[in-house]
Amino acid sequence: MLSLIVFIPLAGALVVLLLRQDSHIRAWAALVTIADLALAIVAFVMFNTGDYSKEGNMEFVERYADWIPALDIQFHFGVDGLSMPLVLLTALLGMCAVFASWKGAIFQEVGRVKEYFMWLLLLQTAVMGVFVSLDLILFFIFWELELLPMYFLISIWGSGRKQYSAMKFLVFTFLGSAFMFVGILALYFSVGTFSIVELPAAVEGAKLLIPAVSIFSLLFIAFAVKLPVWPVHTWLPDAHTDAPTAVSVMLAGVLLKMGGYGMIRIAVGIFPGTAQEYAWLLATIAVISILYGAVVTIRQTDLKRLIAFSSISHMGYVLLGISSVVGVSGAVSPVGLTGAAMQMFTHGTITGLLFLLVGMVYDKAHTRHIPDMSGLANRMPLTALVFVIAGLASLGLPGTSGFVSELLVFLGTFQVWAWMTALAVLAIVVTAGYILWTLQRVFFGPQVQRFADIKDASFVEVVPMAALVIAIMVVGIYPAIFTDVFQLGLEPIIESLQLSGAP
Amino acid sequence: MTLHDVYLLSPELSLAGVGLVIILLDLVIERKGVLAALAVAGLAVPLAFSIALFGDLSAEPNEQMTGIFGTLVVDKFALFFKFLVLGVLALVIMSSVDYVSKMRHFQGEYYGLMVFSAGGMMLLAATTELISIYIALELTALPLAALAAFLRDSRSSEAGVKFLLLSAMSSAVLLYGMVLVFGFTGTTHLPEIFERLGDSMDPSASFGSPALFLGVILIVAGFGFKISSVPFQMWVPDVYEGSPTPITAYLSVASKAAGFAVILRVFYLAFGEISVDWGVLFAALSALSMTVGNMVAIAQSNIKRMLAYSTIAQAGYLMVGLAAIAARVPEGETPIGPSSILFYLGAYAVTNLAAFFAIIAITTRTGSDLISSFAGMGRRAPILALILAFSLISLTGIPPTAGFMGKLYLFSAAVKSDLVWLVVVGVVNSVLSAYYYVKVIRIMYMERPESEERVTTAYVPQLALYVSAIGILALGIFPGPLIDFAETAAAVLFL
Repeated sequence: MLSLIVFIPLAGALVVLLLRQDSHIRAWAALVTIADLALAIVAFVMFNTGDYSKEGNMEFVERYADWIPALDIQFHFGVDGLSMPLVLLTALLGMCAVFASWKGAIFQEVGRVKEYFMWLLLLQTAVMGVFVSLDLILFFIFWELELLPMYFLISIWGSGRKQYSAMKFLVFTFLGSAFMFVGILALYFSVGTFSIVELPAAVEGAKLLIPAVSIFSLLFIAFAVKLPVWPVHTWLPDAHTDAPTAVSVMLAGVLLKMGGYGMIRIAVGIFPGTAQEYAWLLATIAVISILYGAVVTIRQTDLKRLIAFSSISHMGYVLLGISSVVGVSGAVSPVGLTGAAMQMFTHGTITGLLFLLVGMVYDKAHTRHIPDMSGLANRMPLTALVFVIAGLASLGLPGTSGFVSELLVFLGTFQVWAWMTALAVLAIVVTAGYILWTLQRVFFGPQVQRFADIKDASFVEVVPMAALVIAIMVVGIYPAIFTDVFQLGLEPIIESLQLSGAP
Repeated sequence: MTLHDVYLLSPELSLAGVGLVIILLDLVIERKGVLAALAVAGLAVPLAFSIALFGDLSAEPNEQMTGIFGTLVVDKFALFFKFLVLGVLALVIMSSVDYVSKMRHFQGEYYGLMVFSAGGMMLLAATTELISIYIALELTALPLAALAAFLRDSRSSEAGVKFLLLSAMSSAVLLYGMVLVFGFTGTTHLPEIFERLGDSMDPSASFGSPALFLGVILIVAGFGFKISSVPFQMWVPDVYEGSPTPITAYLSVASKAAGFAVILRVFYLAFGEISVDWGVLFAALSALSMTVGNMVAIAQSNIKRMLAYSTIAQAGYLMVGLAAIAARVPEGETPIGPSSILFYLGAYAVTNLAAFFAIIAITTRTGSDLISSFAGMGRRAPILALILAFSLISLTGIPPTAGFMGKLYLFSAAVKSDLVWLVVVGVVNSVLSAYYYVKVIRIMYMERPESEERVTTAYVPQLALYVSAIGILALGIFPGPLIDFAETAAAVLFL
């Protein structure tokens, strides 16, 4: 099941190489991602939320122990409550990305449709693989595999200083993963296993090659670059601004989540004690990211860059939720971590949608410069409506998914870091400010003559928009559909946190 | 010399025979393409002898056979390198066909010299005696010097002369080191050196004694030249740039592999007692080579020079495996430093050959070695560019390639030996190297080409290219069998 979900896009990418006509390639890519999404939905529905008997609560486990026996590397796939929703998210946004590339304004300049869809599908395989791998080396292989598609997608089909941005992305991420690599090796030679399921128990009380805090930091830095948090966030605005729309959707939607996922599953999951010891530091960085991101966002005049900076602020909530692991007097509440996980999912859908919309507006208005735009709602009412929904979800309006996750994060963290959480809540006000101001400047106000003959979204463009709006509303109204699953997945981590947190 | 000795030496003897036959046939054969075909086909003979020896090994004590007064050994370690050298030689000859066909003279000698040099390399891995090592080393180097000068233009001649002079100098240094060791122990047999050192050493002094210290340093300097380690690397860029490109590929892969083979033999068999001392020495050289090689490579505009500095950095990665010595490994566990070197040499061979073959194919048509002339190759030569990009990714160490698995294994060995700092230097260097490797990919795929003319290559070099590209992918996904072979081969160092 999981192998299918992971490798269908890869197989699809190979078939793309054989196709000749652009329209066939597009249709094929859409078919592949829809099939992948269907499989992911089936997996999500079949996902049993009540069975605790399996090793590490993993489902759909696929394990071939003798992949590389000499180095003790196994081929080990499996999902639990933490990764299952992220797999679903990846499949959903993967499909949206294909539809977002349909019209192909980006292809007018460079062409090369075949390569584009090949890289896009390969990217989906890589990200899926990260979420389902239960062997650290396998995880690392998929983690690195994602670099090249991203590099090519940004530097060939991007805009602006695309090559600079692509190289910056590559160097930052590669440097981060280089640290992770050392951390993984140090872990392996301390306890003798690469298995993510076995490591937490194995590390406990074991004598490590280098201090636990060094391994924790090596791993954490890699994930922090990816998330990204201040001060290693600088690659993100550049990459986002210069990437083609679909790639921004994937980048904001799922690639950043690899960082959050790694933090929870690997950094915190394996080193609960160290995470608790340094939770104050995590909280501090989180609050800086949240506030810094929000304040810088206001100052942006490029619509895409604006959304990019807002991502930094929003991903700060993920880290803030994680910093609640220290608990209060030995009792760790699962609310904060659940909030962090939820925030990853909701940010994926909301920001994915926002980037989609920005891309669409740019395709039609040929500008992303906010002061140049005005009154677009008159010409594209549907787009404006969806933009309003996404914007409101982004600022956390009750009834949308954004509200649920931010509420959970604040609830979980407030008991632990009251002052810092209070500071972070300030950012909500700023967020409301920049979102509403942007909406007003771009879509409302007097209509500009220049935009008189702009058309609203076409059917192909509505498909991904509708899919994401539904996801946002469903989670907003009935969050338990994901919170329960996340909580189930986080249970073992919370347990180990309770143990190491007890005096 | 008994008949059994001849049998033990049969791969090298038959290889020399192949070389002679080619040179003789060159006099009578008009179509020179036939020579290359004959050379490749002829390699089947030494290969068959090697396989036969491999089959006979299992019956022997310690899976080892010695001959010619103990100077020659046949064990899995030696056979590993015989297979590696023969494979590399076959691929390089195949890739040369197109390139050599432009030469007017001495095509037979070109193949013949390459074959002779391969014989030297195979001997290097198959001897445990200092004098034989020295002779094998010269047998390797002299044909290579002639080959480096083969183009007979000013750059190529400079490359040949430079290689010859510096090779001679390094041999002299090496010989001096050997003499000191001989004077200290009274023997040239590596296992005997080990035994006598054990009796006469002062455990408190570093390297056991000042004389030995000097001897080891000189030996390291001599071998450092062969494997192009910093600070003995100054010949590399000029020679790599000036030599015919297939010879550059051959130098960078086969000659380096043989260098590591002999280093492993000498240091594990003779100087095992003082491994802590030379472990530190190689760790330092490794960090230096990686850093210097990568730093300088970034600034290069000629692709052959860039790859020259890249191979210096790669030698640095390989020396991580030399630094990961037995003495630091936890009690009761086997060290994996040597086997990780063997695996990396295999992975590096396919990777670097694929890169060079693609470059040979492209530059033969465009006539320029400048990186900027690779602009737009993604469109002009889709398959060549794809394979070159893939091999550069493998050199960087990004999965799913042989290079990644190789680095994983090497760095594992280092972490196991408690050398976390060296691994950190290694991975930071990998990031540095990504910059210039990816730069080539960027130019191939993102810059506009000078012309739209398609770049193609002949059938035989294409075959060599595909074989090495498939090797990169295969070792990247299923490294298991080669790792197993490397482990059994390296086991002889710990007998």
